[in-house]
Amino acid sequence: MADLSTRVHNLNLRNPVLTASGTFGYGEEFDDFIDVNSLGGIIVKATTSKHREGNPYPRMAETPMGMLNAVGLQNKGIDYFVETIYPRLLKYNNCIIANVSDSTVDGYVEVAEKMNSLDHISAIELNISCPNVKEGGMAFGTSCPSAIAVTRAVREVYDKTLIVKLSPNVTSIVEIAQAVETAGADAVSLINTLLGMAIDAEKRRPVLSTITGGLSGPAIKPVALRMVWQVARAVKIPVIGIGGITTATDAIEFMLAGASAIQVGTANFVDPQATVKIIAGIEEYLNRHKITNVNELIGGLIS
Amino acid sequence: MRTFFLLLPDRSLIMKKYILDFKVLSNQAINYNHNLLELSCDRPLPPMLPGQFAEVRVDGSPGTYLRRPFSIHRADFAMNTMHLLVKSVGDGTRTLAQLATGAIVNIMLPLGNGFPVTENNDVLLVGGGCGVAPLWFLARQLKQKGNRVSILIGGRSYRDILLADDYAQFGQVYVSTEDGSLGEKGMVTHHTLFKKGKLPFTTIYCCGPDGMMKAISHIAEKQDIPCMVSLENTMACGIGACLCCVVDTKSGNRCVCTDGPVFNSNELKGWSAETEVGCSINE
Ligand SMILES: Cc1cc2nc3c(=O)[nH]c(=O)nc-3n(C[C@H](O)[C@H](O)[C@H](O)COP(=O)(O)OP(=O)(O)OC[C@H]3O[C@@H](n4cnc5c(N)ncnc54)[C@H](O)[C@@H]3O)c2cc1C
Ligand SMILES: Cc1cc2nc3c(=O)[nH]c(=O)nc-3n(C[C@H](O)[C@H](O)[C@H](O)COP(=O)(O)O)c2cc1C
Ligand code: FES
Repeated sequence: MADLSTRVHNLNLRNPVLTASGTFGYGEEFDDFIDVNSLGGIIVKATTSKHREGNPYPRMAETPMGMLNAVGLQNKGIDYFVETIYPRLLKYNNCIIANVSDSTVDGYVEVAEKMNSLDHISAIELNISCPNVKEGGMAFGTSCPSAIAVTRAVREVYDKTLIVKLSPNVTSIVEIAQAVETAGADAVSLINTLLGMAIDAEKRRPVLSTITGGLSGPAIKPVALRMVWQVARAVKIPVIGIGGITTATDAIEFMLAGASAIQVGTANFVDPQATVKIIAGIEEYLNRHKITNVNELIGGLIS
Repeated sequence: MRTFFLLLPDRSLIMKKYILDFKVLSNQAINYNHNLLELSCDRPLPPMLPGQFAEVRVDGSPGTYLRRPFSIHRADFAMNTMHLLVKSVGDGTRTLAQLATGAIVNIMLPLGNGFPVTENNDVLLVGGGCGVAPLWFLARQLKQKGNRVSILIGGRSYRDILLADDYAQFGQVYVSTEDGSLGEKGMVTHHTLFKKGKLPFTTIYCCGPDGMMKAISHIAEKQDIPCMVSLENTMACGIGACLCCVVDTKSGNRCVCTDGPVFNSNELKGWSAETEVGCSINE
């Protein structure tokens, strides 16, 4: 029996399979389909300092092997999270990670500080890469100075594992990764969605209310894999791979490229059981290749 | 002001959802662009309510990545069969319309809240085009609960009127077509039913194009009759995880897949103030 447990900074994960923020709700949406506790961990949807209504409908456009979304961080704010959502998350005994977003540095700091006092939240993932909000969001993740500023400010108030989630919509994701590493990030996760667009030719109108949106799903996998490989070689902190992961083979490819753990996003919509199938598939792969520990896969690419 | 409310229960959180493989027992083309799929499952059908829907995985259509939502058209618990009524509009639905007998279809269900079912009342069901889909299951339950059911079906022409004969087993069926080729000529909202002063209904249930539902809910609102509408927003997950399917309501953005697809029209923003009564079934 292969050992699937892995470690990302201080996080001890049952297995390397996590869920991507915004695609897994607060876990409970999936209780009917899988044992959420069997996952390495769950990353719940973005929390901001204040309640946000998000963008107007339509927020989704299906594209070849993927989709565009323009949800725009709809959530009820950190205080509601602490009072109402956090108690519901206590039923899970795996690693619960909060995705933190905002439009100002002060906002990020406020959310991070409040998350810091929640025992059951073992890490935060700083979303400096959301393409769907007018100000802030991705803007922080697309320049080194602002990425450093927000990471430093949050580092000051946050004691546990700090993951910074990177945007692929940059000239050099490696530079941003190195910048947040110096600013105190304990790990980086990548990639967030790629900025894209869909047009309804019959109506001659954009499909999304925001015109542009974030592309996710299998369509982005090769781009994500390339970025994970580049970043993993350039930083010392652990890298978490995200982007189009649908099968165990996809997950293994990301680990071979250097990811210590992976996140499953859009695939959850098509198959709510995708995560548990990926875990089973990784185990089967390890057994077949006579690998006793999943960590041997990390960066194991032969080139 | 509405004089009473029909409470829409949030059943989505308490009704267990399943992912099941169904087998196609029959696939019948019922007009030029609609198919009736009869499906069976090798385990007992889970409990389902009228108005709830299913997310169907479309295999063998490379252009169809996400599942496709369909209303549960009929659920027969004694026979352990379920029917979906599928209108061919794009690659996904066209692929489903070609399913052969014996094919396996992976389906997630039951999803959403469902219609509130009253007892011993006079109710009106209005379906435009493919909007009749959720009304079969609903009409049957309404009848079982002692309601007197009237059903108004609208379409562009006789070719678009679906299952009118079939619905007759549940109550009085009225038909209107825009070209007058069947039933009354004109739009559903102009049907003489609505021209007799006070409507004798305690609830109106409605499914069809948004324009039609808005017009019907406007008529209902003027007469203080609760109007339950079933929305068809585009969805990615169908289970409340992605927040893509929201509708603007008086209590903010709400998910059509979990808080809906059925809403009391008076909860929806921008629905009650519509002054233009009458609309085309043309989507
Ligand atoms: C709750 C609910 C119940 C529905 N019930 C039925 C039913 O009983 N019978 C039926 O024929 N159709 C029903 N629909 C509409 C049906 O889901 C769409 O026609 C179908 O998704 C179109 O897929 P396609 O690949 O053929 O079309 P495409 O145009 O290729 O689809 C492109 C994208 O748009 C989405 N989409 C297109 N049209 C619609 C629509 N009208 N509503 C929602 N999403 C849409 C698709 O899911 C897909 O992501 C329902 C929709 C919802 C939300
Ligand atoms: C509907 C939707 C909502 C998302 N919301 C968030 C979010 O709130 N915070 C965040 O950091 N990423 C968010 N993402 C990005 C995903 O977490 C993930 O980075 C991206 O979808 C790529 O992975 P995938 O191809 O496996 O989906 C969202 C993605 C989707 C599709
Ligand atoms: S479709 Fe995902 S939340 Fe409704």
